[in-house]
Amino acid sequence: MGTLRVLLEKEITQIRRNPILPRIFVAMPIALMLVIPWITTMDVNDVKVAIVDNDCSSVSQRITSHVKGSTYFSFRGNATDYQSAQSALESGEIDVIILIPNGFERNLSSQQPKPIDLTANAVNATKGSLGMQYVMQTTIKAIGEIQQEKGLNPTSSDVIAIKYFYNETLNYQHYMIPALMIIVLLLICCFIPALNIVSEKESGTIEQINVTPVSRLSFTLAKLIPFWIIGIIVLSIAMLLAWLVYGLTPTGSLGAIYLGAALFVVTMSGFGVAVANISDTMQQAIFVMFFFVMIFMLMSGLLTPLTSMPQWAQDVTYLFPPRYFVKIMRAVYLKGATIAEIKMEYICLACAAVVFNTLATLTYKKQS
Amino acid sequence: MNEPIIHVENLCKKFDDFTAVNQISFDVSRGEIFGFLGANGAGKTTAMRMLCGLSFPTSGMGTVAGFNIRTEGEKIKSHIGYMSQRFSLYDDLTVFENMKLYAGIYGLSRQQTLQSIDEKLEQLQFASEKNTLVGALPLGWKQKVAFSVATLHRPEIVFLDEPTGGVDPITRRQFWELIYNAAANGTTIFVTTHYMDEAEYCSRVSIMVDGKIEALDSPKKLKEQFSVQSMDEVFRTLARRAKRTE
Amino acid sequence: MNGFASFVKKETLHIFRDFRTMMIVLLIPIVLMVLFGFAISTEVNNVDVAVVAPNRGDEVSKAVSRLQHNPYFTFKGFINADEIDHTLRSGNAMAVAVFDNDFNKKSALAKDAKAKPTVQIVLDAADVNTASSSAIYLQSVLTENAMSKQTLFNTHLLYNPQLKSAYNFVPGIMGLIFILICAMMTSVSIVREKESGTMEVLLVSPVKPIHIIFAKMIPYFLMSSFNLLTILLLAKYLLDIPMIGGISGIVIISLLYLILSLSFGLLISTLADKQFTALLISAVVMMVPIMMFSGMLFPIENLPLVLRPVSAIVPARWYIDAVRKMMIEGLPLMAVANDFLILLGMTVVLLGVSLKKFNDKLE
Repeated sequence: MGTLRVLLEKEITQIRRNPILPRIFVAMPIALMLVIPWITTMDVNDVKVAIVDNDCSSVSQRITSHVKGSTYFSFRGNATDYQSAQSALESGEIDVIILIPNGFERNLSSQQPKPIDLTANAVNATKGSLGMQYVMQTTIKAIGEIQQEKGLNPTSSDVIAIKYFYNETLNYQHYMIPALMIIVLLLICCFIPALNIVSEKESGTIEQINVTPVSRLSFTLAKLIPFWIIGIIVLSIAMLLAWLVYGLTPTGSLGAIYLGAALFVVTMSGFGVAVANISDTMQQAIFVMFFFVMIFMLMSGLLTPLTSMPQWAQDVTYLFPPRYFVKIMRAVYLKGATIAEIKMEYICLACAAVVFNTLATLTYKKQS
Repeated sequence: MNEPIIHVENLCKKFDDFTAVNQISFDVSRGEIFGFLGANGAGKTTAMRMLCGLSFPTSGMGTVAGFNIRTEGEKIKSHIGYMSQRFSLYDDLTVFENMKLYAGIYGLSRQQTLQSIDEKLEQLQFASEKNTLVGALPLGWKQKVAFSVATLHRPEIVFLDEPTGGVDPITRRQFWELIYNAAANGTTIFVTTHYMDEAEYCSRVSIMVDGKIEALDSPKKLKEQFSVQSMDEVFRTLARRAKRTE
Repeated sequence: MNGFASFVKKETLHIFRDFRTMMIVLLIPIVLMVLFGFAISTEVNNVDVAVVAPNRGDEVSKAVSRLQHNPYFTFKGFINADEIDHTLRSGNAMAVAVFDNDFNKKSALAKDAKAKPTVQIVLDAADVNTASSSAIYLQSVLTENAMSKQTLFNTHLLYNPQLKSAYNFVPGIMGLIFILICAMMTSVSIVREKESGTMEVLLVSPVKPIHIIFAKMIPYFLMSSFNLLTILLLAKYLLDIPMIGGISGIVIISLLYLILSLSFGLLISTLADKQFTALLISAVVMMVPIMMFSGMLFPIENLPLVLRPVSAIVPARWYIDAVRKMMIEGLPLMAVANDFLILLGMTVVLLGVSLKKFNDKLE
């Protein structure tokens, strides 16, 4: 116990004296929390639409006015012909072209209406398909309105009510903020302990430790504990900012969040130490860490939904500890879930913590 | 006291197909200053690392302070001190913090820690630099601090791997005074060096060539055996036989 | 010049001797590309839907069967009305369709313009995107539309008709991987020599400092070019990205981008004197801003105005934009001249500043 205390004292002194680390611990959560929520929106609220109106009827005008009035679109004018609209699409000035054919209104009530031509730039698949859906929705609504005025069938979409739970205003920032907290923890708890240990290897100081009777467990714990504490502090800073700047407070209990965070931080720093132990140089350690952090960020449901991945990829994600924490954070922070409701996630994360920290201790070899 | 503190028999270490240490055998008795000489790449450091429990022998056996180097590495570690050729204290900790860290690691009580740190600083006449970051010290001083750290817990034996490399002659002298002091207090010294004048200070000297021990005796007897005037000439005669290049 | 060649040789040997690191660097882009190319998607898919239906009549079964056959949704079974909140909170379903008792009489009621809603869709809006697009899809699945979309619209999705997310992601991943890996490689290799003191030995040699720097960059440039080659092959033959605009333009701009990224690493190495610091900057600090500001995941046009200048100084943004246009829309290099010139300018500035800083430190 005495050994662990002196080793901890040493680690904390070193972190404090590092010219850049303490700044990163404070600046990173602040900078990310203040800036990133403003850019991370995939919500397509600005689909640039041009209309080629070859019909010039009351229906086509109604469609145009609906598009103009919608908050989803920014209307870029009536194009005179399809050609010019298409070149505007190529250059990125517009995203979707609506071509209303001549005779659209006349044929609308017939068995075979003349179809409206929709062209979207689908390089960005989300934006392309969502934009298209919005346009269809708006057009159907416009036509439905006219038909209803004429006493014809109203479209059935009118009898569906939509209710958004947990985030009624569909605020994308609220969706991203828990994810950002996870990213900050991931960066701090994966990279820094790994770098820290390999730098001792490269400078030779670890050899001086290896020749002492220090146990592997105390040495590893002394490396890990500071990052557990820092992780929890950093999370608290981020949560405070979420409340002050974005008015977002956890719907669920703080206890559930901190329990999840503690398990996560313990897991990830254990992982960092294990990677460091098997690396010879800092460069190796950082490349391997980089590899995993990229995978964790892009395949744990942090930035893109897990369900949109193919089944095999979804199965693979069960191996990634961040997956569980992402679910815990969103469920507790936004939906107010209790620990009991998502206990599987907690259990899996706890298992990961045990596995990675055992690995971290076992891969540390004092004698080669 | 008759039993040797280090006993090594047919010790080997191979890295893939390279035999760094080839069947060496020797004994070191308590209180000796044992010089472990050899050209660069002769296998000194590898052999020393096996004795300290940092590296497993490929074959052969050995005991240090009565413990088997293959199976009882961790037990050996509480009985020895070690100072590597690379300076390996923490640059970003002060002299005092480094000493306190290692005192704590070796399980010294708070009282003992403060007392032995004071003693060491006194001995080095270094009390004024107690709170200086180690990284800011000149190399000679760093090495002296490293030696103090290695002997803080009064180990039975201290392993020194080229402790005076790159250090000026005056500091080297002071360093050897520290070594003599420790030896006078009963600590066994196991030291590697490239300086042949330092070899003359040792009670006994072994010379390694290409992973084997080619000569082992007191400096005086070695000079007689090779009929030369200095250890330097003994070394040159033997080193010329080396086939390995660095 | 002979001295220069021998330096290049020395640096190349260094890299080859550290076989483990070399393999790591060469394999990482391949694995990431394959994983992300196949796995990542922002499309809404496999959305779990539960149904509440007190009266399971004909119309309800028809709607449920449409749901079951729709590729976007996975039907998770019937639940009771009081289980809605729990189901959503525990994540067992993303959406719940609540049919009311009158749903079966829909056709009768539909004529009444003031009909009350007979289906309610309750969505877990914690995931905003999935919720809002599921809402749109669910509406059309649950109700038989009088004017079905097939007859009313003719749709054309240009450049990416199958809506493959890989098309959008591959250029983004290239932009991110290249700059980070190159920066990590060069910054460390120079700082390491500073740390071990070998840099001084090199600097007192008769070779000019600038040649030492170039000698360090050349092997890394070759290595990253190899990475580029493997990535392009994977993109073309494994991920089936069309690249109809020809490959030469993509290669040219990518090589420029590699040089830029190496120069970026060089700049970091002049700022840091410890590997620890160099790696903190090139990996930990840079990763998120590059990911977020480059348009890789989040479209640049969604950025608030004040933040657009920030994205303009992120080189990856211009590279990704250019590669997307060339790889997917098939535009020629000329069409992305703007991006190219900006990248070229950035390279010149980065290289100039870091060389100057490097020289300043020597004096």
